Amino acid sequence: MATAHPHLAVEELSRSFGPLKANDRVSLHVARGSVHAVLGENGAGKTTLMNVLYGLYRPDEGRILIDGKPVEIGSPRAALALGIGMVHQHFMLVGSLSVAENVVLGLEGAGFALDLETHRRKLAELSRSFGFDVDPSELVWRLPMGVQQRVEILKLLYRNADILILDEPTSVLTPVEVGPFLDLLRRLRDAGKTILLITHKLEEVMSIAERVTVMRAGRVVAELATAGTSPRELARLMVGRDVVFDIEHERAPIGAPRLSVEGLRVKSDRGIEAVAGVDLEVRAGEILGLAGVDGNGQAELAEAIAGLRRPEAGQVRIDGAEVTHLSVADRLHEHGLGYVPEDRQRTGLVLDNSVAANTILRSYRVEPFARHGLFLDFPRIRAHAERLVRAYDVRLRDVDQPVRYLSGGNQQKVILAREIESDAKVLVVAQPCKGLDVGAIEFVQRTLLAQRAKGVAILYISTELEHILMACDRIAVIARGRITGILTPQEATAERLGLLMAGSRTEAH
Amino acid sequence: MIDILTDPTQLADFLATSLRLSVPIIFAALGGVLSERSGVFNIGLEGMLLAGCFGAAVGAYFFGTPFAGVAVGMFFGLLGALILAYLSITLGVSQIVSGIAINMLMLGLTAFLSRIVFEGQANTMTLSGFKPIAIPLLSQIPVLGPVFFNQDLLVYVMYAMVAGGLWLMYRTRWGLNVRAVGENPRAVDTAGISVVGLRYACVLTSGAIAGLGGCYLVLSQIFLFSEHMSAGKGFIALAAVILGRWNPLGALLACLLFGVFDALQLRLQFANPEVPYQAFVILPYAVSILALVGLVGKPTPPAAVGIPYKREAK
Amino acid sequence: MPGLMRLLYATKSVWAILAALVVGAVFILIAGSDPIAAYGALFTGAFFEYHGIATTLVKMSPLLLAGLAVLLPLRAGLFNIGAEGQIYLGALFAAMAALYLPVMPGWIHIIICSFAGMVGGGLWALIPAYLKARHNINEVIVTLLMNYIGINLVSYATSGPMMEEGAPYPYSAEIPESLWLPHILPRTDAHLGVVIGLVIAMVMYYVFQRTSLGYSMNAVGSNPQAARYAGMSVRRHIIWSLVLGGALAGLAGTYEVLGLKYRLFHAFSAGYGYDGIVVAFLGGGHPLYAAAAALFLAGLRSGANIMQRAVGVPTTVVDTIQGLVVIFVAASLAFRFERSRWAEIWRRRKSLDRALEGEVAPPPPTPSGAQPAGAKPAAENAER
Repeated sequence: MATAHPHLAVEELSRSFGPLKANDRVSLHVARGSVHAVLGENGAGKTTLMNVLYGLYRPDEGRILIDGKPVEIGSPRAALALGIGMVHQHFMLVGSLSVAENVVLGLEGAGFALDLETHRRKLAELSRSFGFDVDPSELVWRLPMGVQQRVEILKLLYRNADILILDEPTSVLTPVEVGPFLDLLRRLRDAGKTILLITHKLEEVMSIAERVTVMRAGRVVAELATAGTSPRELARLMVGRDVVFDIEHERAPIGAPRLSVEGLRVKSDRGIEAVAGVDLEVRAGEILGLAGVDGNGQAELAEAIAGLRRPEAGQVRIDGAEVTHLSVADRLHEHGLGYVPEDRQRTGLVLDNSVAANTILRSYRVEPFARHGLFLDFPRIRAHAERLVRAYDVRLRDVDQPVRYLSGGNQQKVILAREIESDAKVLVVAQPCKGLDVGAIEFVQRTLLAQRAKGVAILYISTELEHILMACDRIAVIARGRITGILTPQEATAERLGLLMAGSRTEAH
Repeated sequence: MIDILTDPTQLADFLATSLRLSVPIIFAALGGVLSERSGVFNIGLEGMLLAGCFGAAVGAYFFGTPFAGVAVGMFFGLLGALILAYLSITLGVSQIVSGIAINMLMLGLTAFLSRIVFEGQANTMTLSGFKPIAIPLLSQIPVLGPVFFNQDLLVYVMYAMVAGGLWLMYRTRWGLNVRAVGENPRAVDTAGISVVGLRYACVLTSGAIAGLGGCYLVLSQIFLFSEHMSAGKGFIALAAVILGRWNPLGALLACLLFGVFDALQLRLQFANPEVPYQAFVILPYAVSILALVGLVGKPTPPAAVGIPYKREAK
Repeated sequence: MPGLMRLLYATKSVWAILAALVVGAVFILIAGSDPIAAYGALFTGAFFEYHGIATTLVKMSPLLLAGLAVLLPLRAGLFNIGAEGQIYLGALFAAMAALYLPVMPGWIHIIICSFAGMVGGGLWALIPAYLKARHNINEVIVTLLMNYIGINLVSYATSGPMMEEGAPYPYSAEIPESLWLPHILPRTDAHLGVVIGLVIAMVMYYVFQRTSLGYSMNAVGSNPQAARYAGMSVRRHIIWSLVLGGALAGLAGTYEVLGLKYRLFHAFSAGYGYDGIVVAFLGGGHPLYAAAAALFLAGLRSGANIMQRAVGVPTTVVDTIQGLVVIFVAASLAFRFERSRWAEIWRRRKSLDRALEGEVAPPPPTPSGAQPAGAKPAAENAER
């Protein structure tokens, strides 16, 4: 037995993309039957490392050893043959196929004819043995994300993988689902599987991993036992400096209601009532947080307020004026409703257009950018863009650069700058910090607080409780399309929020 | 006009005509189903069909046997598909632009080469073709027997292909891979299956099958090659793919529907000389459009159709 | 990359066209002729002789307008494969306006005929536009199928109600001479249509680059969801861009009647609508480049006849060459030097040279390949 060797070891591995060194002499040692975390911010090189381990990218230098033996991993298939399986952050499932078909896809040595019945039976057994509760004949697109994730893990177990790489597995889970999921990982570990957990969440690392490798800017900065460290130390290692989570709160007095929503009912794309009668009020100089598990109607509510989705019933008012039936452009230009959409790349920006063009995306036919609403004044647009870029510290080569090549944080800055600088009196901000690194999150929060100080009313929608707690004056919780409670940050303990997010209405308004 | 409903021989005759008219489209549509299922929109079917026509004529002309025609015809269809595969899969060029380029190339090339190869007698020669073979017993069934079982070899090949296509698509692992790659190529890639290999296989086969449609046109119907004899059949096949919901059997039924209208159109033209013939000629095209409009429910194409796959692109 | 290679790379489309011509030369050889003589006849005839140039311009008119008819909807993300049918409908409407409206001063009547032609083409495009905007039905297939209906409609009109009495084959009566488009080159067929096409191309270029309308069309074409967020009506852009595209194709048909044939003929368009797709593609979505592409293809077409007369190569070889041009140019556009094997070899040689000089060569950067061809990555320049 090669017990002396780690189950999986990476030595001095490097991988570049153009001038960017995504992995710079990275080393990693993972013991058999353990949970090992790889911790780092977005862009620290975690995902690149995992993709190398899984054979999607080839390393430029360095080696990978399994049980002490150097291996070449040229393809995902080769990785699987070595017992390495990966659950990607974005699931690699085919929605139109059944669970069993997804599992069988690419299975080695199963013959040409497809004997789904046998696979279905074996799969049901496997699923039961680990307590997965997955029906093999169900079509994947019908399953909730948490179950889809279990399908991904089943795929690996069905192939007898004994090193499981999980890339940010809890990012798709609701807070309620996280606990059971971590239990499931413990069961897998106890069954002798080696688990490599990629994450940027400190609590998870502390609660489940035995050892942790911390990465920053493509390098490993530490590899240590979780028993001998603290979340604060990990955060410092991860970011490279002490993280100050307290932002100074400069504020204006809270004024009259600016945005009010009454009895709003909105249907989702699938025709289901996603927002089932919501009343909200956001006052001048106030940030109202809207917390809740993803998919409880936040997206539809935000779109209905912004004017991108027609409500079935109810009203939206800005400064007392009804805007329920106005177009998205009129809400912005006549009533000062700015909207930062959740999906920056697919809704907030036209990626192939220049930064300058994107700064007028929502003002492309108003003065002074378009004379007579038609003739674009490019010098003025460029000057405007340069002003925003300076004011919001957007890092770029020049404003004619396509916005596609900016980092996520800088893209978000472009959107924020555009919405705020169109003289917004009300801002609806949906998941503004999703996928951003700590520095950018801080910037977004500060910017919103500065707007609050100017008397802007802000509706801040997020699934990240810490972010909401950091910035908001009041916190509304949404569950199944209804507001289940509104709390002050002092009242908002994890337990109370958890109950409200689960849909319990016991809390009074 | 009523006689096709009352007189069994007339009915059988009408249905047989419908079937014969739909066979080339069925072949092309089967190719289209395969290609689109794998994620490649194949507007070049028209050109591959035409290449098949030309190849069939060349093979039969030089070797004197329709079997050689089939071999060369399928090969020429495959060559057309190879261009599409290289441009759209390997190079990531727009599938529509690639397909149209193939249609143009084939239109010009077959016209040009046919004058050289057949030395100006393309329109006068009669090629050796396939003869109907009555299948014992089955062809004795009243009305339907002679319609479906007194046909030539290629029609029986078509039946086998539809059945084989269904089996391949839904009962084999290869078919599973194909259904998956058209929906989510990344998932297929991470499962260790070559996206490029799978798509090449599907597109090349699609071209060969479309070429077979051209073979039928030449070797079973017209027995000569004429310029642009595909006359838009490849485009109707595209509509049939949608109508048949990307399913081989569905595509077959959609093509038969077009065949019925085409046969009806011929009959109407013959029976009503006072009505301008164009009114009937447009019938299959108009029916195709109306069928797309009147489709119950929304047809959802394979999610990845039209999108080139690049591994390192995020 | 050294200067020479960079130049070769920047002009890759030109090399692709030359490569297509070389393959075409092989076909000419197969046909038993001398390719040099054939191409000589073709290009001299098309571009260097007075009457040849005129013929080229005559063919350029429908090619350019049809190209713009494809290009405009393409800006909003739509493939208009139906320009052929729209050309026919445009010609039909224009011919009806020319033949059946009461007599008016010539230029007013010409404008009305042009307008009628645009309405015809536009209405024909409205059907797929509506189906796309309302029911999300694939516009590629609908526009394609509608070509056949449009062609047969004109075939019916010219052999039925509009057919001139005693005509040997289907065509309409001749339109009044007052409606004939002015010629731009004396003693030739070259008519005003090509000038109008160029003016429209320039206007389109200006609209695309400098106006909010071009801005919103481009946004709808590249990201419809963001366009909606920006307050643009995606549906209206789909309908108008396709209808205006159809109107341009209709104009192409109109000027075939008013400028060249003076009658409505059965099957008068030699696939100009499909060639328009090639024009739009070779123009890279740019109206002025499309004009250059239209000129080139028109030259091929007009030169083809001269070549056939001079050396006996059938004109169909030009269709072949045209298909090859599209294939080769498409391939060349997809080719990126940074990603190719040649680049790899080049990099290796370079690091080898450095190693010989005793330097430690760092692995040279691999640009992502996402930059436009013209913009060289800064890292590469810094390396020198």
